[in-house]
Amino acid sequence: MMTASQSDRLNKKDLLGIEDLSKEEIELILNNADAFKEVLTRDIKKVPTLRGKTVINLFLEPSTRTRTSFEIAEKRLSADTINISAQGSSLVKGETLKDMAKNLEAMNPDIIVIRHSASGSPHMLARLCRFSVINAGDGAHEHPTQALLDMLTIREKRGGLSGLKIAIVGDILHSRVARSNIFGLTRMGANVRVIGPPTLIPPFVEDLGVEVYHDLKEGVRGMDIIMMLRIQKERENRSLFPTIREYARFFCLTKERVALAKDDCLIMHPGPINRGVEIDPEVADGPYSVILNQVTNGVAIRMAVLYLLSGEKG
Amino acid sequence: MALLIKEARLIDPSRGVDAINDILIKGEKISEVGPDLLPAGGVDVIDCTGKIVCPGLIDMHTHLREPGREDKETIATGMMAAAAGGFTTIACMPNTSPVNDTASVTEYILGRAKVIDTVRVLPVGSITKGLRGESLSEIGELKAAGAAALSDDGMPVMNADLMRNALDYAGMFDLLIISHCEDKKLAGDGVMNEGRMSTRLGLSGIPSAAEEIMVAREICLARLTKRSVHIAHVSTAGSVRLIRQAKAEGLPVTAEVTPHHLCLTEEAVAGFDPNTKVNPPLRTKADQEALIEGLQDGTIDVIASDHAPHTLVEKELEYDYAPFGIIGMETSLPLILTRLYHKGILNISQIIEKMSCNPARILKIDPARLAPGDVADITVIDPEKEKIVDVSAFRSKARNCPFHGWPLKGYPSLTIYHGKITFNELK
Repeated sequence: MMTASQSDRLNKKDLLGIEDLSKEEIELILNNADAFKEVLTRDIKKVPTLRGKTVINLFLEPSTRTRTSFEIAEKRLSADTINISAQGSSLVKGETLKDMAKNLEAMNPDIIVIRHSASGSPHMLARLCRFSVINAGDGAHEHPTQALLDMLTIREKRGGLSGLKIAIVGDILHSRVARSNIFGLTRMGANVRVIGPPTLIPPFVEDLGVEVYHDLKEGVRGMDIIMMLRIQKERENRSLFPTIREYARFFCLTKERVALAKDDCLIMHPGPINRGVEIDPEVADGPYSVILNQVTNGVAIRMAVLYLLSGEKG
Repeated sequence: MALLIKEARLIDPSRGVDAINDILIKGEKISEVGPDLLPAGGVDVIDCTGKIVCPGLIDMHTHLREPGREDKETIATGMMAAAAGGFTTIACMPNTSPVNDTASVTEYILGRAKVIDTVRVLPVGSITKGLRGESLSEIGELKAAGAAALSDDGMPVMNADLMRNALDYAGMFDLLIISHCEDKKLAGDGVMNEGRMSTRLGLSGIPSAAEEIMVAREICLARLTKRSVHIAHVSTAGSVRLIRQAKAEGLPVTAEVTPHHLCLTEEAVAGFDPNTKVNPPLRTKADQEALIEGLQDGTIDVIASDHAPHTLVEKELEYDYAPFGIIGMETSLPLILTRLYHKGILNISQIIEKMSCNPARILKIDPARLAPGDVADITVIDPEKEKIVDVSAFRSKARNCPFHGWPLKGYPSLTIYHGKITFNELK
């Protein structure tokens, strides 16, 4: 399943962000995910790769899709898995994240998958503890496995990433998915642009190697891929835009707007979708939508990441 | 009790003195200054060959946390840290619990300081009751009790009309207003500088404009009231420009900068170390260069630490949840000597001006000088001493310092407060 020139493990203790990954490391993960995808088509979808390893899913912010995807990936690799969520955790009793991490460490888990609303929390865990840390989303910072599964999906459909024209549309400012994809896609040689109202575009984002557009119609013209982001109702309260209704008028991906992109333009969305807000149902369910392929690939990517990190601490 | 300092390089910028001399201290005062003073009986002789002796350093921006947050720092530990940092006078900000908005809190701080008596403590009273920005504190009472200045540090007065009244009314008592310039709405939930790094790290940003808008407002109010205003911890290039213009216009505006804004940029936040979380936030290289230019051309008058102690537990939280603040009294002088003196950016006289003479002038306290008859508040500096910063050795109760492990060159080696040695690392 590997080419001879590649090392068979990531030379890292943790996966904290795409920004830390080289092109070769990204390719290594994608290649491994391809191999695991084959496993997922078998009748018995389970391999013994992580037998005897313990993985803790520490989800301190609500998540259904990502947590389920990680758990399925872990179980298919035969790992022992434990789920801890914010409710019922000791964080509500006033224990700090550090104390919680040290207590978990004392039970010798191999890998901790963490989702947290504060940027940099996985980095803190990685600094403090021996176990491997996988970032499953930290604040508005990174969501590396999401970007990896997006890249896997694009590579499958288009054969590669280099040279593709990709637009990321919506709330770039608060989106960890956008950041991870910007880091990853630009590193893989794609041409990336972000589209959204100026209030949702972070300052100096051009320095990350992307172009900025505020007009969706102009922005999607000639694109190979359009990646939509979920818009959150709370942003309305901070007057980042007047109303969801007005946002949808200018930034909803409709059939007419998709028509301006390339004929075979892929439509992506990390979910959960606000139908009729950022994406028209016709587009979400249309022939070029790969939204559900993304979900399927999520399991393969997470299996690959778990596998590649599991060998490091001999 | 008498001390004789021998063979020191005396530098007193207030009188243009820079010469090798001896100083004889009797009791609390300097009794004689001159070459080849002879030790009489009962005099302790201190050889200061190769050292610099200057008027006692003043840190006009610290937080001592007492009363109310003695878990972070006490007046006693803060004063020990001050002495160890080479300071003989410090001003402490009013955001204690209760807030220093009444004479009784000011009297309490002064009373504690008198008991410990290792450094002169100047309590800063609050401009508004409870730092709430709604109504004036009893400013006259605060002055009578011994408050040395007024500030709503950390909780800037957002109401311009109230600030105008504060300037006018405090002016009647000759009390300086120190302004922490920050538009709280524009700063929002920011935890670091808004810019390239906040975009990369996905942390909420505080734009430079949040500071500059308020600097501009204070300058307008200084023009309107003709009252003095001191701008605390300037952090942006835009603020430096505004203050430079105000000074050129002859307005009574002064300003300070912290060592951490001179030594670190937003790049330091990259590892999400909560010890880099400070308000105003660490800015960019361009801002830092502007701050240095401001120091060189006199736009920025003072270097002050904004010593802001927090507990270990508080600073071990996630970046978003950790409190703002960096401690500074014990690293201030070494950072400045390493960053500015040894790099040839400021000479030693300029540094002493910004850390002693100018704060005294701005606070209108008796200038620390090295003249016979003056109170013996003296700092002895070893400009060549090299040491690695070790937070576990701090006198301060707190450890929230991003400079742990930094090799620095130039340390205080002796601090004398009112004729008494309060810190001694002379070998």
